[in-house]
Amino acid sequence: MDIALHFKVHDLNARYVHALDADRLEEWPDFFVEDGRYRVTTAENFERGLPLSMIYATSRAMLRDRVNALRNANVYESQRYRHAVGATLIGAIENGAVRAVSNFMVARIMHTGETTLFATGRYEDRITIAGDAAPRFIEKTVILDSRQIDTLLAIPL
Amino acid sequence: MTVAAAARQWPADGLKRVPYWVYSDRDLYEAEQERIFHGPTWNFLCLEAELPGPNTYRRSNLGEMSVVVARDKDGAIRAFENRCAHRGSLLCLHERGEAKEIVCVYHNWTYDLAGNLTGVAFRRGLGGKGGMPPDAKPEAHGPRKLRVENLAGLLFGTLSADTPPLDDYLGAEIVARIRRVMRAPAKLLGGYSQMLPNNWKLYMENVKDSYHASLLHAFFTTFRLNRLSQKGGVVINESGGGHISYSMAADVAGKEYEQAGMRSAHDDFHLEAPELLKSVDEFGDGVGLQILGVFPGFVLQQIRNSLAVRRVVPQGLEKTELVWTCFGFTTDDEALAELRLRQANLIGPAGYISMEDGAATGFVQRSARSAPDALSVVEMGGHGTASEDNRVTEAAVRGFWKDYRRHMGL
Repeated sequence: MDIALHFKVHDLNARYVHALDADRLEEWPDFFVEDGRYRVTTAENFERGLPLSMIYATSRAMLRDRVNALRNANVYESQRYRHAVGATLIGAIENGAVRAVSNFMVARIMHTGETTLFATGRYEDRITIAGDAAPRFIEKTVILDSRQIDTLLAIPL
Repeated sequence: MTVAAAARQWPADGLKRVPYWVYSDRDLYEAEQERIFHGPTWNFLCLEAELPGPNTYRRSNLGEMSVVVARDKDGAIRAFENRCAHRGSLLCLHERGEAKEIVCVYHNWTYDLAGNLTGVAFRRGLGGKGGMPPDAKPEAHGPRKLRVENLAGLLFGTLSADTPPLDDYLGAEIVARIRRVMRAPAKLLGGYSQMLPNNWKLYMENVKDSYHASLLHAFFTTFRLNRLSQKGGVVINESGGGHISYSMAADVAGKEYEQAGMRSAHDDFHLEAPELLKSVDEFGDGVGLQILGVFPGFVLQQIRNSLAVRRVVPQGLEKTELVWTCFGFTTDDEALAELRLRQANLIGPAGYISMEDGAATGFVQRSARSAPDALSVVEMGGHGTASEDNRVTEAAVRGFWKDYRRHMGL
């Protein structure tokens, strides 16, 4: 087992979820390469080979647009997430990128104090690991176990 | 509770006032299941494309009731209650699938895909002992069958023999606007559910409320996808329960929202990646947005090239599942298919537009439950339910209540 590689992937995941959970959404796009892909879909769509996503972005610019909309345009009640990420499996390395799959659970904490289990699923990631540069997501597919989302999905997963 | 509310009297002011108890009265909710969802209404079941071949099925609903929609071995479309004749167990436990027959897991009673009971395990007993008497007629207790109609690839079902033919129920204008969207065989893109923390009627009102769209949804207004100043209108059918709200895609470049200081208009909000909103006029009529609602719980959406059907499934007094199914056409090329997937960022629980509908309807529920006898004001555009050539009106919302009151005898 390549411990250093495992550490790199775990560290990227940890920094990613801490940025989201601490409401540092402006940092979110920078976890991706410039033409990075991010999408959120359901296990049902994924397993049926259906391409629909709830969120579908193909560049950092599209991720910045989403943050901008969440900050300045969209109406939703104040809320935070708490991610728990684990059971990471490291896959094949191709062209300086590694594949990784991690489980996640997300609790949603509303401004009222109401805390609920909001989402569970897995991240299917492709991550740059070439050179000394910080690893980034080339592709992050968020596959939700359930097809149901309570009320709305504003903050990214 | 006042005497008026106890007797469920509609306010004397008619359709321009809606009492809040309609969203919070448990008895009313139960009565709706019977009088509306099991009554003389057409309920959207699924797309024909969700039953791709013979011996395929899909679960759906009539209100809270679970139903099975199937294409039988001969290709005919059937729908029946998802309830075993024997002990009432759910028959079909999968969302969708392929099967020649449906077997109840509880006691292995079997059904064909038309919902006919075809086999009772050990009906004649074993070794001359047990089993059912020869004159027993378990078939008489079989799942109720729905009438089904297929309009341009949309499957509707009803339990009632009194429901008029679907074309009459909808009216010619609604039928034409459905056919306009369903211009080729549908191809599924996928789906998901948005769980709404409110009574089902609040969502249908939201759909029929052409006044809110550009005021609540900053995305619509800022990017001029939908403004009340754009050319458009609402069409409402005779019963009131069917409506279309539409607007032309052409940008009129007016400054009405900015001058009036509307929250939803942001001059300083721009997209870095405007390709999200790239669209083509695939229908060739310049209509950029067409929202079509059919009583009790169906929505057909065209927002530019984003097409979807939405099914409203009540799951309790204050809980509603909104089932989204997005589609394109089998004739789509790769570029158009990609546009649809990108524009899907506007809709669904994470949609730049649609996320807000889940929030707003929940806000009404949470507040209105404490004021059952107070009245909401539905007076934009007056008090009627006629079609209008503008959308600064709540005529389609009043149309919903006109049809609702007729069904409920309120």
